[in-house]
Amino acid sequence: MIPAPFEYEAAESAGHALDLLARYGEDAKVLAGGHSLLPMMKLRLAVPSVVIDIGRVSELAGIRADGDELVIGATTCHADVAASDLVRSQTPLLAYAAAQVGDPQIRHRGTIGGSLAHADPAADLPMALVALGGSMEIAGPGGQRTVSADDFFAGFFETSLEPDELLTAVRVPRRPGPDWGYQKFVRRANDWAIVGVAAAGGRIALANMGPVPVRATAAEQALAGGASAADAAALAAEGTDPAEDIHADRAYRQHLARVLTRRALEHQTG
Amino acid sequence: MQIELTVNGAPRSDEVEPRLLLVHYLRQRCGLRAANVGCDTTSCGACTVLVNGRSVKSCTMLAVQAAGQEITTAEGLAAGGEMHPVQEAFRQEHGLQCGFCTPGMVMAATGLLAENPHPTETEVREGLEGNFCRCTGYHNIVRAVLAAAETMSA
Repeated sequence: MIPAPFEYEAAESAGHALDLLARYGEDAKVLAGGHSLLPMMKLRLAVPSVVIDIGRVSELAGIRADGDELVIGATTCHADVAASDLVRSQTPLLAYAAAQVGDPQIRHRGTIGGSLAHADPAADLPMALVALGGSMEIAGPGGQRTVSADDFFAGFFETSLEPDELLTAVRVPRRPGPDWGYQKFVRRANDWAIVGVAAAGGRIALANMGPVPVRATAAEQALAGGASAADAAALAAEGTDPAEDIHADRAYRQHLARVLTRRALEHQTG
Repeated sequence: MQIELTVNGAPRSDEVEPRLLLVHYLRQRCGLRAANVGCDTTSCGACTVLVNGRSVKSCTMLAVQAAGQEITTAEGLAAGGEMHPVQEAFRQEHGLQCGFCTPGMVMAATGLLAENPHPTETEVREGLEGNFCRCTGYHNIVRAVLAAAETMSA
């Protein structure tokens, strides 16, 4: 499978990438590691006329601490997030989530920003960012803006990014304690979650339980009111409307959400 | 578009179409046919090569993204005609049957051992999660990687 022809532009800086986006607008797609975009282009589900490669823009990669938060450059690959001492010690849920993406080769190329901008509701990092209460740093022609993970995911494979905007970095609060859990239910190696649950500090995010990563708000409220993990988890599927596919129907996904939420609230990983 | 890169230690400069995938560049332009196109969907790992020492699926990377990078294929492992310890271990431990997945397995294993020179059996199995052997010869493949780890650290 070979992508349709396109024009290739290698951005030299974030500013240059923004100039290119301003010039080409909706005809352009941003390429970082290419592990979401290139498969789409090979299947011709994506047919951009221009590809803007930000993979060599060094200012967009790297991990640093900033007060109560960690700031992770958009083009930082999953393997580097997973192996980072800073992430592992300060936000272990995120390090764990990054290590669950695909397989080692995919983690060497795929990037945190790419995964978030792709916004697959079954993916690991969108769910992790929602569970952590993280946010996205977005640059555009009008300057910078920051959007919370709760507001970033706008629909099925859709975000609040405008065509002339660039996701430059991700912010996550430091959450070094052991009070987190992560559950990813799969049938095959290196697959997407049939249902996923990430829980941290009273927040619960579900993957593949709707068009975007969703919060299990009824379960969160029960927890906040002093309910046990088991009682709160029983409410995890309230208000969800998961899609049906070859792997699972609606009722099975909702059942999984309840079971996996209980495990996540008991701080289990798997 | 003109790209300059290093393939198996040798600098190259080639004019490529932006949509040319790295695996096709290596096979068709460089004549290096170890990396196979298997699934073509970033799943099977038969096209695995090293990019700056890290394992990558070359069916999911453009040749233009490889500009300025160092690419190593299975052909580049056998320095001076002598097999790399990972290759030798695959032979000794019967780590292949039909052989289609082997170049990708060898490159993924080489990348794994560079990151983790003393893996446990579980770490080898997890480290090769991105490579499928449809002969299902995983047992000997894992043995081969563990044997290579021992040889390389001796």
